[in-house]
Amino acid sequence: MTVLKIDLESSSWRLEEREDLIAWLGGVGIATQLFLEEAVWDKPPLAPEQPIIFAIGPLSGVYPLATKVVAVFRSPLTEEWGESYAGMRAAIALRFAGYNAVVIKGKAPRPTYLVIDEKGVAFRDARGVWGLDTEETGRLLREFEGGRGRRSIWRIGPAGENLVPLAGVNVDTYRHFGRLGLGALLGSKNLKALVVLGNRSYPIKNPAAYNRMYEKIYRAVVGTPLLSKYHYIGTAENILTLNAQGSLPTLNLRASRFEKAEEVSGERFGRESLFRILACAGCPLGCIHVGVYRRPHPKGAGYISTTLAYDYEPIYALGPMLGLDAVDKVYALLREVEASGLDVISTGVALAWATEALERGIITEKETLLPLRFGAVEGYVQAARYLAQPPNDFYRALGRGLRYATRVYGGEDFALILGGHEMAGYHTGYAFLLGQSVGARHSHLCNAGYSFDQTRKGNYTPEELVQYLLEEEAWRNVLNSLVICLFARKVYTPETTAEALRALGWEAVDPQKLLTLGRKIMRQKWEAKKRLGYTPENLPLPPKRYFETPSGQGLLNPETYSALLKLYRERLASWLNV
Amino acid sequence: MARAIRVKDPDRCIGCYSCMLACARLVHRSHSLTKSAIRVQTRGGLQSKWGIDVCRACPDAPCAEACPTGALIPRPGGGVSFNRNKCSRCGNCANACVLRVIHFDEEGYPIVCLYCGHCARFCPQEVIVWEEIAPDSGRSGDRTQDRPGE
Repeated sequence: MTVLKIDLESSSWRLEEREDLIAWLGGVGIATQLFLEEAVWDKPPLAPEQPIIFAIGPLSGVYPLATKVVAVFRSPLTEEWGESYAGMRAAIALRFAGYNAVVIKGKAPRPTYLVIDEKGVAFRDARGVWGLDTEETGRLLREFEGGRGRRSIWRIGPAGENLVPLAGVNVDTYRHFGRLGLGALLGSKNLKALVVLGNRSYPIKNPAAYNRMYEKIYRAVVGTPLLSKYHYIGTAENILTLNAQGSLPTLNLRASRFEKAEEVSGERFGRESLFRILACAGCPLGCIHVGVYRRPHPKGAGYISTTLAYDYEPIYALGPMLGLDAVDKVYALLREVEASGLDVISTGVALAWATEALERGIITEKETLLPLRFGAVEGYVQAARYLAQPPNDFYRALGRGLRYATRVYGGEDFALILGGHEMAGYHTGYAFLLGQSVGARHSHLCNAGYSFDQTRKGNYTPEELVQYLLEEEAWRNVLNSLVICLFARKVYTPETTAEALRALGWEAVDPQKLLTLGRKIMRQKWEAKKRLGYTPENLPLPPKRYFETPSGQGLLNPETYSALLKLYRERLASWLNV
Repeated sequence: MARAIRVKDPDRCIGCYSCMLACARLVHRSHSLTKSAIRVQTRGGLQSKWGIDVCRACPDAPCAEACPTGALIPRPGGGVSFNRNKCSRCGNCANACVLRVIHFDEEGYPIVCLYCGHCARFCPQEVIVWEEIAPDSGRSGDRTQDRPGE
């Protein structure tokens, strides 16, 4: 496996051939190993020595829907395990640039962007680009660099430059390395952007077996009704689904149904604004819904427009969560979030907390500098700008996430965090609550607790719930090592995955070994988390709000949650002992 | 009947690259974004429309006219057939191609459309189709028999 190691401080790079990493498959498996080697445990997340690791897997650019790049880092938001995924052309570009993983360390002496291709790395002056938003940065780099159609451009906006831990990295205009603050890490390294060019080609080793397998997976993907939902309405379909289930976090989770859900439903976004549907390179499905935010010209000269990608999570976090009850209101705020390069979920949840804190008098307009009211979009647009470019201590604190902000200002009872991370849009029940809390990166995607809640509808034993979370997280570590889009998880079963790998020459692979590998990767992550100062013992009880507002399974009880957490901790030790 | 690729409905294109990857995989036996006779590109950024560039199988093919070695010869019914052994890698074909759809592999040989239809078979959105473009002498026969990689 080829690892590209970049030192920004000395503008140098080198390649390492690492046969030992093959045992870890790829993606998050190898990124975790590299992180264990490169992380500086006693230094803060934004210290120049801290690494950023990007990795693809054996299926990237080779099989359908293997479209993601994983990033692993020490999170400036939670200060522990950072792991994030982005699609569009990220994976295919890195595959054909010729690297399995990229390790970036050091701090560039001045604003810099990198061009990574088959020849290596070019360090380019980014001084004139520094300060520009994500869209304009993308436009300029497209014009400066070649490789149209086979490149991927990863960039930060002002939020990342200003080291705001809520900052993400925008990828190819419509996708992101979201959550956990990778954008601040790039900013701390003076790294404005990466342009990855996929110019190389590789011969197919065993065309007969590989082509047969490719076609089988391709036909399964395009022919599966389960997957077609991602194309037609897109993930935004979930707004009405979760609303009907009473699981849609609304108005800082004072409610789990949104009166105006119809107004911001995926169906409504489609009817009113859908402009086109895009796909990540190598995905015949296409789930990326791009809408037009068309609005009156500010001086009355007709109309102006912007295109923005919408999904369930952005709509949830900026719509119901903040009481924004129209497509255009969500877009107005989303546009600011995208341009600034903020993480959309954390931004929505943080602003919802600030709104309630202001209502309750915990903070005043002296801190917020403007009135924040549920449903009032203008204030939120300005507040998002303040988050990205903090004018005072309050926005600086809020930009560090609610775990930090509530330490300074109080109000933790209604701060929607789990494991120190702002909640995803699923107040579905105990499995979500526990799942996001205990998942390695505190994401609902670590172990899909929300899905267990939705399918089992309260009909399970505590042992079944805990076992599901452990098994799901372990298996997802395999999928995230391939690295596939999790929308294809029903197609990439252990059997299909093993068969797909064997067709590429991974002869020793079988389903059982893959399942074991998933547990081993999970163990390695927990090892890294421990070294970063995190153990499941210091996980606090979720804030009161989660137990005050009914979930999709009715009102949740803190004692039941604590019993589940206790059981999880007991099982985790033996689960990781593999 | 000669067949060729026709771009029917570019507005439906989602930019998934399944066509390009099919050409690379099944014709050129490569994992690649460059070894493909069909190319999908934006007109500048993902906010813009997709353009799908592919050989249109000209009835009086300028590329064949420009080929000094007879590696490219006109195909009955339109388009060309390519004989790699005769190719001197001069690049005249690409310069002559009005649509500029001829690119080169890393050895300098042109990547020329075979009109085999694999790309269309893998298009999930019916953007491109593989269809009869003109009657010919019958010499080419049914091209489905000639699909490489099957």
